[in-house]
Amino acid sequence: MTKFSLLDHESVPKHEIMSEGELKPVLSKYSIEKEQLPKIKVQDPVSKEIGAAVGDVVKITRKSQTAGEAEYYRLVIE
Amino acid sequence: MSISEATIDSMIKDLPLPSNIFNTLREDVIKAGVSKKELEEIIEKVMEEYNISCIEPCDAAGVVAAQSIGEPGTQMTMRTFHYAGVAEISVTLGLPRLIEIVDARKIPSTPMMTIALSKEHPEDYAYDREKTRALAWEIEATKIDHIADVTTDLSQMQLIIDLHEKAMEGRNITIDQVKERFNEELNVMVTISQDIDNQIIIAPGEPSYRELLQLAKSIHNVTLKGIEGIKRVVVRKEGEEYTLYTEGSALRDVLQFDGVDKTRTSTNNINEIYEVLGVEAARNAIIKEATDTLREQGLTVDIRHIMLVADLMTCDGEVKQIGRHGISGEKASVFARAAFEVTVNHLLDAGMRGDVDQLQGVTENIIVGQPIRMGTGDVHLISRRMEDIEAEKE
Repeated sequence: MTKFSLLDHESVPKHEIMSEGELKPVLSKYSIEKEQLPKIKVQDPVSKEIGAAVGDVVKITRKSQTAGEAEYYRLVIE
Repeated sequence: MSISEATIDSMIKDLPLPSNIFNTLREDVIKAGVSKKELEEIIEKVMEEYNISCIEPCDAAGVVAAQSIGEPGTQMTMRTFHYAGVAEISVTLGLPRLIEIVDARKIPSTPMMTIALSKEHPEDYAYDREKTRALAWEIEATKIDHIADVTTDLSQMQLIIDLHEKAMEGRNITIDQVKERFNEELNVMVTISQDIDNQIIIAPGEPSYRELLQLAKSIHNVTLKGIEGIKRVVVRKEGEEYTLYTEGSALRDVLQFDGVDKTRTSTNNINEIYEVLGVEAARNAIIKEATDTLREQGLTVDIRHIMLVADLMTCDGEVKQIGRHGISGEKASVFARAAFEVTVNHLLDAGMRGDVDQLQGVTENIIVGQPIRMGTGDVHLISRRMEDIEAEKE
């Protein structure tokens, strides 16, 4: 059995852990707090795969049928 | 007198446009060859059009989405089953399927998988009928009924299983493997008959009439080979490539097989996708399943409405249903919850706890007869008194 990366699956978009520096402009753009972002669980298979910890923000680059590419953010929670 | 690509890039790179509009703009401008003044005009026009087509602040996006999905929903078939499309596997379609999706059922009524096969080199599974067939037998759950006749011998207190050689060969299973499986699964005495070919005799652990009858029932449930829950596998050729369709779904197990293309294999069980591939893949699956269901019925619903529903269902990191136990049940307002379902319970509980309704949302404000905070109702004008302005000036 060959191990494959979940991120290679066609229905899993690109996930990246964001640094504080990247996060700030995003939060100020929407003028929200980190806690108001949509969530992703820390036990989620993809969070485990990229090694995200609780409190991190994951940037998701979705392929969108309307916008071509869309960015989405999720806060990692318990 | 057209301008260079670099100049175009520098002029348009900071525009807040989605990537596909941006790319179309860039390509077309380069192809047409425009002057700087023309490009400025184009940019202005594009931005104007873009801003018009954006949803307005305070617009009721959710209600519009609900209406846009609900109205076509009234035209959908109420009939549950259809033998549609793929390989004589019956799938739930129409309204029942749509309800299933937004209710986030743990198991859909007709689970189904599409197994893509690897196609890395010309002799790989996807192009080889024999290999594909063999893989299909590996995956499909083989029960005793598929390969043998079972008779109950009451006088000897035993079950006689006559295995069909041809069927066993086809499914690539041996008599020893069958014996092994029964030994593992049931607390019984399994012996391979010495006198007759391909015969297995099973006797219950303790020789009683009841035990024997129970055993006769339970051996039908033993999965001898393949994946539990995959009732049937159908091979189909699409273009150059063979694909497997299965009745029943077990994504995690199927992904372990050699020859399965792990990046393109999918299931219609959204909860399973959530568990194996994560919440974002589940969101994509909701969108795909819902649009497919609507399209199959000849209805076109703008994908943005479905995307909104899918985003809402997955916004807490898990797949929640739209309903009493999911989105609607988590609303902060007592009135909003009571207006939806089980009114009395919500009001009683809120009364006992002494809940306070802040009247922030739409539903509760309609109930108490106030303007809702939506559209023009969400805009507050603040005016400064003349005296204050004059005081500031001084």
